[in-house]
Amino acid sequence: MPETLTKFIFGRLTLESLPLHEPIVVGTFIVVALGGLALLGAVTYFKLWGYLWREWFTSVDHKKIGVMYMVLGLVMLLRGFSDAIMMRLQQAIAFNGSEGYLNAHHYDQIFTAHGVIMIFFVAMPFVTGLMNFVVPLQIGARDVSFPFLNNFSFWMTVGGAILVMASLFVGEFARTGWLAYPPLSGINYSPDVGVDYYIWALQVAGVGTTLSGINLICTIIKMRAPGMTMMRMPVFTWTSLCTNVLIVASFPVLTAVLTLLALDRYVGTNFFTNDFGGNPMMYVNLIWIWGHPEVYILILPLFGVFSEVTSTFSGKRLFGYTSMVYATVVITILSYLVWLHHFFTMGSGASVNSFFGITTMIISIPTGAKMFNWLFTMYRGRIRFELPMMWTVAFMLTFVVGGMTGVLLAVPPADFVLHNSLFLIAHFHNVIIGGVLFGLFAGIAYWWPKAFGFRLDPFWGKVSFWCWVLGFWFAFMPLYILGLMGVTRRMRVFDDPSLQIWFVIAAFGAVLIACGIAAFLVQIFVSIRKRAELVDVTGDPWDGRTLEWSTSSPPPAYNFAFTPIIRDNDAWWDMKKAGYRRPLSGFKPIHMPKNTGTGVILAVFSVALGFGLIWYMWWLAALSFVSLIATAIGHTFNYHRDFDIPAAEVAQTEEARTALLVAEGARA
Amino acid sequence: MKRSGALLLFPLAVLLSGCDLVVLAPAGDVAAQQRDLLVVSTLLMLLIIVPVMALTVLFAWRYRQSSTTATYTPDWDHSTKLELVIWAAPLLVIICLGALTWLGTHLLDPYRRIDRIEPGQPVTQNHKPLKVEVVALDWKWLFIYPDYGIASVNELAAPVNQPIDFRITSSTVMNSFYIPALAGQIYAMPAMETKLHAVVNRPGTYTGFSANYSGAGFSGMRFAFHGLSDQAFADWVNQTKSAQAALTRESYLELERPSENEPVRHYASVDPDLFGAILNLCVEPGKMCMNEMMSIDAKGGLGLAGVRNTLPLQYDKVARRGAVFGSDPSYVASICTAEEAAAAARAARNDDDRDWPLRDLSPLRGVGLHAPGAGSRRADAGTPSLGLLRFEL
Repeated sequence: MPETLTKFIFGRLTLESLPLHEPIVVGTFIVVALGGLALLGAVTYFKLWGYLWREWFTSVDHKKIGVMYMVLGLVMLLRGFSDAIMMRLQQAIAFNGSEGYLNAHHYDQIFTAHGVIMIFFVAMPFVTGLMNFVVPLQIGARDVSFPFLNNFSFWMTVGGAILVMASLFVGEFARTGWLAYPPLSGINYSPDVGVDYYIWALQVAGVGTTLSGINLICTIIKMRAPGMTMMRMPVFTWTSLCTNVLIVASFPVLTAVLTLLALDRYVGTNFFTNDFGGNPMMYVNLIWIWGHPEVYILILPLFGVFSEVTSTFSGKRLFGYTSMVYATVVITILSYLVWLHHFFTMGSGASVNSFFGITTMIISIPTGAKMFNWLFTMYRGRIRFELPMMWTVAFMLTFVVGGMTGVLLAVPPADFVLHNSLFLIAHFHNVIIGGVLFGLFAGIAYWWPKAFGFRLDPFWGKVSFWCWVLGFWFAFMPLYILGLMGVTRRMRVFDDPSLQIWFVIAAFGAVLIACGIAAFLVQIFVSIRKRAELVDVTGDPWDGRTLEWSTSSPPPAYNFAFTPIIRDNDAWWDMKKAGYRRPLSGFKPIHMPKNTGTGVILAVFSVALGFGLIWYMWWLAALSFVSLIATAIGHTFNYHRDFDIPAAEVAQTEEARTALLVAEGARA
Repeated sequence: MKRSGALLLFPLAVLLSGCDLVVLAPAGDVAAQQRDLLVVSTLLMLLIIVPVMALTVLFAWRYRQSSTTATYTPDWDHSTKLELVIWAAPLLVIICLGALTWLGTHLLDPYRRIDRIEPGQPVTQNHKPLKVEVVALDWKWLFIYPDYGIASVNELAAPVNQPIDFRITSSTVMNSFYIPALAGQIYAMPAMETKLHAVVNRPGTYTGFSANYSGAGFSGMRFAFHGLSDQAFADWVNQTKSAQAALTRESYLELERPSENEPVRHYASVDPDLFGAILNLCVEPGKMCMNEMMSIDAKGGLGLAGVRNTLPLQYDKVARRGAVFGSDPSYVASICTAEEAAAAARAARNDDDRDWPLRDLSPLRGVGLHAPGAGSRRADAGTPSLGLLRFEL
């Protein structure tokens, strides 16, 4: 009887599920556990739990949620990068009969986890965080349309991340590659918990992403300040709108395809099995119908960042605003017509392959136009090479190479020789690091003073910049060459000793990138220490052009004491030129949403549900599912969701800012 | 970045001279044409990329804040002429590249039989294609030579300058069949057949492998591809025929169990219906073949009677375990005898072979159009490459 009981309580979770026999994992666990305990201890010692819970975890303020997204992205970047550097080390030493230091069971999890984490839990939170923080400020709104939904979305993303992290120490992660193609990911060939972790982590995080997409679309459509017509929206807001349209249109496909895979694994349906009429290629089609828009979801907001940065630091209006907007919209639409280019080599006919190859190439036309627009924004400008602008120039020089190799891979006969090779790996890291990551660093350096009221330290920023840029070229140029030597991806050991030197160079590049990440962390630390020196009182440290620079840094909870009125697409630039004066009286009470802990609770139940399903603990799954629904329904009966900031408090906040500005003026 | 480029240049040249860029210097005509397309596309794109990179550096330098001589026009944000250029220039390049893609994709369609051995030497009636049936197993490759009745594991041989027709499938999960020196890759997928047509022009030993991750033993899923002279190939066939082992359904079921880093093996004889059975997932005795199932379904199916026509599954590839809430693993029992099913599969394959004529692609190459300045309707009969562009690198 006890055995049945244990099985009932723990499902298939046993002591053997813990990877105690893998010294690397145990070592990692000890480090993470000690670090975690130290962090929890510090929070308890400084009595920060109440503060964190009241001011951050339960906050519905889009700015705080944005910052929390960025923190999540940064933490997960460290995990994803650890995976990367482990792979680089393995591939640099596994020659001449050496097995390297990772066995197949561990190595195959690492490259799967690296891909999943970097896309879903690094790039997505960073991009969502940036949009969350900036968009409402840029359109002159007080918050997003659905502030509670925003908090809930964030915690669901965290929930997915927690499940992925749990797989490191409890059980294992998928050994399938980051898109988990069946039949390999089916129950026959992956009977373990790895793929189930994959499915439920992405399902939980996917809820958050979809809801935050809906939220931001509504915000941009409905909450723009008076006078801000669609064609007066800042370009970052435009690209955010297109990104969120892509999210809302594509993430349900991911949810559906993962649900079908889960049905195959849990109830024995045959959607993607070899036998009984299943068709694994259907999965490949569906996952890429989500997957291709996904890469544009990642890159479009950063195109927006580059537009803002180029225009601000060139001291010029953005060249070709209208064509920039149309280019973005065209990319949005075309990104749905290219998915098959990810599997030209699965035997589609020549006409089908040509169609998808040519549509892919067509995307490079609006992208090229964007590149030229940034170029001609710099033309006859007065360019200040602050950190954000440095990242932008590095992006322009790096991204065009990635774009070129991308178009090359879109030519089907060329793809036949380069598909799945390290050339492909070099290509997409070229666009994701050179585009998304460089853009994020530009965006972080650009908006950091807005979020915290002081700039980032430029010295450590430059160290990080050069380490990243050089590290990127060292890490990925060798992979282009290896791809031309016919080396395929996801290999654990190699026969040919002449390849080794290239992997060693790539590993060196990875070390440089590690220095870049370290310098970035040092930069944040040093900047916080020197915040008094780096302080910006004006709220407009870069001589900005869009509305977010018109309010204080950090902005008050209500963002704008008075809703601004917009006459031009560089609204704040226009206001400055027209001799705008801050109103100092006549404040009214401001209606605001109230914080709530429901988002956290819902996410906790979702994680428990996922964990129960992964380990076949049916009681846990059932219990958390019922609790989830009950909490959601219960929350609808909460009628105390809003409050008014009294006019006196608004006046007080604004007076404090006036005093600071006066003091600053007197000093200058 | 520029500095790093200059620093890299010298050691880069030294390093590159020592390595074998097989994709850029292949030994087969198909791969060579794919390489040509790759190089031409790259050059075409450099027409845009190089000016953009140069202008980026130039503008970044010229219009830096400390420059006192540069013009500054803060409100200049539109120029219709310039906008026309920046949309039209990439558009023109993409039109060229698109045309090249359309041609190249059709001419180099792996399903199409090749029509030339190498530039200037078209395929004639005298070139009898070598048929090879390829099966990706966990984690090794099985090659069956139906014309010779032999098979080999992790070793592939073919005579030079003779077309090779590959039929490719997989026993369990997806793999990709790739010999970079010979031709581009094509996926090997269970219960599906893909095709590849190629030719090797230079004798030698080349590497082939799976280019799609397929599980724990993936790294070791490599094989040698020998391009041999006719005599050497005949010797190889004889040597294989003198091997002890025979590949029957039983020995295949042994072979397909997961194993890693398998040595080369030869089989002197092969069950002629084996590939069809693998493809239709019915090597196990008593299991209904997919083609049988589909033809029953096409005729309206067995109705309710079909639901009970299953047998419990004893063994399927790896130790199989069904879905937790699913029914017990089972398979559909065969209705035909194995011989009947095999005969049907053979007939289907013969039909397929007959219905695969050499397609006339001359319209694609512009044959039939008047060449500029000439009255001739014959365009490029001499160079059956990507003829319209006639590039031979």
